[in-house]
Amino acid sequence: MVFVGFFVLTANAFADENAVATPHIQTLAASCAACHGSQGNSVGGTSVLAGLDASHFVLQMIAYRDGSRIATVMHRHAKGLTVEEINDLAVYFAQQKRITAFIPPNQRLAKQHGD
Amino acid sequence: MAIDRRDFLKIAASTALVSFPFISKAVASQARGHVVVIGGGYAGATAAKYLRTWSNGGLDVIVVEPRSQFVSCPLSNLVLGGNKNINDLTFGYDLLKSNHGIDWVNDEVVSIDAASRVVKMQQGELAYDRLVIAPGIDFMYEQLPMLQSPQAQELVPHAWKAGKQTVNLRKQLENMKDGGVFVMSIPKAPYRCPPGPYERVCQVAFYLKNHKPNSKIIVLDANAEIISKKGLFTRVFNEMYAGMIDYRPNSSVVDVDVAAKVVKTEFETVHANVLNVIPPQRAGKIAQIVGAANVDKRWCEVDFLTYESKLVPKVHIIGDSVSAALPKSAHMATSQARVCANAIIALMSEKTPDASPVFANTCYSYVSDKMAMHVANVYRYDATKKIMVPADGGGVSEKPSELEGNYAQAWAKNIWPDVLT
Repeated sequence: MVFVGFFVLTANAFADENAVATPHIQTLAASCAACHGSQGNSVGGTSVLAGLDASHFVLQMIAYRDGSRIATVMHRHAKGLTVEEINDLAVYFAQQKRITAFIPPNQRLAKQHGD
Repeated sequence: MAIDRRDFLKIAASTALVSFPFISKAVASQARGHVVVIGGGYAGATAAKYLRTWSNGGLDVIVVEPRSQFVSCPLSNLVLGGNKNINDLTFGYDLLKSNHGIDWVNDEVVSIDAASRVVKMQQGELAYDRLVIAPGIDFMYEQLPMLQSPQAQELVPHAWKAGKQTVNLRKQLENMKDGGVFVMSIPKAPYRCPPGPYERVCQVAFYLKNHKPNSKIIVLDANAEIISKKGLFTRVFNEMYAGMIDYRPNSSVVDVDVAAKVVKTEFETVHANVLNVIPPQRAGKIAQIVGAANVDKRWCEVDFLTYESKLVPKVHIIGDSVSAALPKSAHMATSQARVCANAIIALMSEKTPDASPVFANTCYSYVSDKMAMHVANVYRYDATKKIMVPADGGGVSEKPSELEGNYAQAWAKNIWPDVLT
């Protein structure tokens, strides 16, 4: 727990609204949007990652990797990432502002739509 | 990569101690210039959004898309099962445009002059510094010319681009008598959405089991076996829909009598009450027009760090048209779009693109109204092979479940706003 506590302290020390992630982490984090929403602001059905405590994020990902947290699919993603990526993602998502995300309104399929 | 819990925390701590190298003060992106994006599907819409967002508005982005609406292919098989309406999957582009300052041209591209970097449309033309082509798939009707006309597709729809044909196929199933035969053919891989045809079989079976239980399904698969989630689909066919599904591998469609709904393979003639032929596929037309579809004259070879065409400079190809050992899925299309957007911003501000892109792909298939199962992988760039390769830990569900059905809904509910708002 010492290590984790230290991790969080450091992450907070560096937390800055204007901080930006590397293109590598930015792109990887955006890949999570399919299930967790843009910048981790899920509209529902999955965890909101935006503003999530960084150490909590890391601990969950470790638990998915080692199987101590049972998952349907998250273990597949957790195992495919490096330790550094998980740490960087934790910081990235912790920095994101929580906003209320919403699903765009549906439309009636237009008659002239192709196919 | 065997790392135990303690090592992990140590590494986490040491990384923290050293610093977070990626964190620096935000600087406005240096990228300036004009990017034209052809196609407003999952790949094109995502590329346009992230080009604008990550360049902090430095890049001007214009999307050229003939359709006025976005209709999601993912979940469209549920329309056939009676578990979704096509309008549940139909969206406008207004929020995407207004939220991100994306210019939009509602027109069709007729040609591209790659040497002078100009896109020519039915009306007018657009100059570009970089071009992104996200044209989806095109059907190889030269192999099945009798299916090319809109009239033929009224009778024998492909329903492989969600929209009117999806609705048409659903209506045909509704009108089919109990005891009728639904025949579906699957083209040789690669094609859009590897598990899609098998999901479709499950959805049609779900509908028929509940409403027309004496009906049968014949699946003519040009492939030697089920090519995605094989064990899972085999079990669902044999258990959940026992006795309903006649799956025939190595069955390529060679001829179709459209009016009679009779289909011929090399070995047999099969009669249908409702016939759904999914034709063989290649990169979308625009990719062919620009001369980027070099692999088997079907798919586009790209640099996986930038998605720039190996043949046509300053032209980037993303989504289903790309030649890769990657599933042609919506999530994959958006992942490629973001790597491409990031690389274009780097290239247009004289920086080096990320040399080791990593992204995820999660693909759910519904086997009934509520139950789904996944295939999921992280893909990492392999600097030696110069392609994206699956990382450790990927795979498929143990079995379909309602829990995963909920997650599949969550996938759709979250990817839609990411792509369209």
